Amino acid sequence: MRTLDALITDSPVFADLEHHELELIAGCAKNVGFEAGDRLFREGDPADTFFLVRHGLVALEQYVPNRGVLTVDTAGPGEIVGWSWLVPPHRWQLSARAVEQTRAVEFDGACLRDKCAADTDLGYRLLTRISSELVSVLTAARLQLADVYGNGDH
Amino acid sequence: MTPLAYRVERKRRETAGTWTLDLEPVGEAIDPIRPGQFTMLYLFGVGEVPISSSGDPALDGRLVHTIRAAGAVTRGLCAANPGDVVGVRGPFGNTWPLELARGKDVVVVAGGIGLPPLRPAIYHVLGNREEYGNLVLLYGGRSPTELVFRQEVERWRARLDASVEVTVDTAGHDWRGRVGVVTKLIPRAPFDPGNAVAMIVGPEIMMRFAAQTLLERGMPVESVFVSMERTMRCGVGLCGHCQLGPTLICRDGPVYRWDEIAPLLEVQEL
Repeated sequence: MRTLDALITDSPVFADLEHHELELIAGCAKNVGFEAGDRLFREGDPADTFFLVRHGLVALEQYVPNRGVLTVDTAGPGEIVGWSWLVPPHRWQLSARAVEQTRAVEFDGACLRDKCAADTDLGYRLLTRISSELVSVLTAARLQLADVYGNGDH
Repeated sequence: MTPLAYRVERKRRETAGTWTLDLEPVGEAIDPIRPGQFTMLYLFGVGEVPISSSGDPALDGRLVHTIRAAGAVTRGLCAANPGDVVGVRGPFGNTWPLELARGKDVVVVAGGIGLPPLRPAIYHVLGNREEYGNLVLLYGGRSPTELVFRQEVERWRARLDASVEVTVDTAGHDWRGRVGVVTKLIPRAPFDPGNAVAMIVGPEIMMRFAAQTLLERGMPVESVFVSMERTMRCGVGLCGHCQLGPTLICRDGPVYRWDEIAPLLEVQEL
């Protein structure tokens, strides 16, 4: 059975960190499970956590007046759900729901922020990796916004 | 260069504006069409369009074309009914690198109406399964209702010898699959980047990001192939309508190795 510090290396955010750093981060984490339809968090609520999906699928949803709830992104194994814990005001910008039975590692964002503040070397390395991940998310979101499959594009 | 007469034998609706036509020769047939090649379909009195084969290359004689109604000719072809006769010239163009892919993993990345030109290559790999490594299909569409070949893709997904992931750009609450751009599926797809061949079809911007992500995953550039689309008229490299810099897509393509075509796509004037 893999320990939490080993499990979290499935994400590029934590891959190739030093063992003692992984242990430190894993100290802010726990295993969680969700049934299909369970809500991980709701738009507007305080954002104190984030999740690394191990198995299953999580939908990120946004309520759009007159259109209802739209799924704007999903996260599968190895992907992280939730970035709002990183920056004030620490409130969720989207809602997240398990599409199917899902297992994940849940991180306490406040705990991790405190550890990064206490160990700025770790904080820098972690933030560099998180930035790289966020650039990928931003690039994908821009491509999604471009509506490339619209009529006439191909 | 003279079109041969083909009769529409069967017609299937794929999405609101996309239809698949099965065509049988009325008399003389064109040469067998191979995966990646296209024909010029002639709607009598209206005009001609290049359409890739979307059928199983193992089925001799019958042509299968999947067409999105976008202009006068394609709208007319989509409105054709069984029994109607259309003209066919071809086959034209080069083929998917299925020989090069032999013994390797095959990664198929399709966006929107880009899946039909890739379907013959998928059929070929599935029909000669022992000759290839992992078969990975990553298919992205605008929304669930705009995905083509949905039932067939589900059948492929159920196979144990293929890995199929489908994603859409936007979906309602009832969609239980993935949402997001197709390139997001590449980093964790089950293939060995050092021993794989990728075939990509979709809008050019999607192909660019897909190729880039495959290269970031460690795939050599000479293993990445795309199929290009431009306005074509003659199909045999004479008229120049499909010229892209130094290349004529109908004659030298439509399938290109990524490093051959990528520099041309960066030139806005082309």
